[in-house]
Amino acid sequence: MSRSIVVGISDLAASRNPDILVTYALGSCVGICLYDDRTGIGGLAHIMLPRSSQFSETNPNRMKYADTAIPDLIKKMQVLGADPGKLTARIAGGAKMFETQGDGPLSSIGDRNVDSVKQILSLLRIPVIVEDTRKNYGRTIYFHLNGGRMEVRSLQNERKGL
Amino acid sequence: MITNYEELSPNHIDVLREIGNIGAGNAASSLATMLDERINISLPLVKISDFNDAIHAMGGAETMTVGVLINYSGEANGMIMFLIEIETAKKLVSHMLKDFDNADEMTELKLSAIKEMGNILGSSYIGSIASLTGLEIHLSIPYVSIDMAGALMSVPIIEFGAIGDKVMFIEESFLIEDAQFASNVVMFAEIDTLTLIMERLGLGL
Repeated sequence: MSRSIVVGISDLAASRNPDILVTYALGSCVGICLYDDRTGIGGLAHIMLPRSSQFSETNPNRMKYADTAIPDLIKKMQVLGADPGKLTARIAGGAKMFETQGDGPLSSIGDRNVDSVKQILSLLRIPVIVEDTRKNYGRTIYFHLNGGRMEVRSLQNERKGL
Repeated sequence: MITNYEELSPNHIDVLREIGNIGAGNAASSLATMLDERINISLPLVKISDFNDAIHAMGGAETMTVGVLINYSGEANGMIMFLIEIETAKKLVSHMLKDFDNADEMTELKLSAIKEMGNILGSSYIGSIASLTGLEIHLSIPYVSIDMAGALMSVPIIEFGAIGDKVMFIEESFLIEDAQFASNVVMFAEIDTLTLIMERLGLGL
């Protein structure tokens, strides 16, 4: 029996084949799916900001930032038996939901989230094998741990019908 | 000095609620003038909640929703977003435009009507802050997008997320004749702005 495990905003989870990890309605946030092919162990993190060091929070929620959530996710997968040297990544999200999102430092946050995630994965030598990022629409991810497929759904077709 | 929304006291939240009340009142009279129709807005409910709970309260992460975003800057900085489920939006606009034959369609005209409503609401809320505090605040033009509620909400949530783990939003309903139409406004003020508003109103943080 496969279970569906829902990952919220600034949240993460790891499990094994045949479970499905789901995260809904990524806008400018980024969903990171990590997979160990040999063991069928996978993990999904839904991050909203690039780096914990750039923000003034005194006691940050580590699952909110790419630079803290990714290492935490890998540790969780290791506990289940994944080999951190054998992981691949699939990523989605980082959209720009409005023509402008302001003039402030967070106006291009979708792009910055994607850039940061890719940089961190590259430092950890985890190849990104599937990417569906940026553009201007929301995405839901279904990460199938039976094989590691990342299924992305959006409202693009419904929107055209309006 | 506070650093995030979790630290606001009940008194501070009352102030925000009052800003919401005045804003909603102003919005109702502007809309009534625009539509030449009796329109009321229910007593707005100001809520401060977790990100995931807030999205749930907006009707669910994947619900197709219209979002209108306005940025404000000057002596106060932040953003305000008006959100209304697409099905509610269609009904509300059909009501406004007396277009009952095509109530299931979302035409360009209806979309601009929603955008204008979001604009009126946003400027009414920000206007109430400006008139209560005497701060000079400039508004951007409104930007509209139709997508999953959660994806639209990610924009203000990320702003809140940079300072804490809670989001502030206002639940309100438009009442036209006997019909009721639910909508939400997410109001984000930078922490310096929030501090300044409270100071001006004699409730230094």
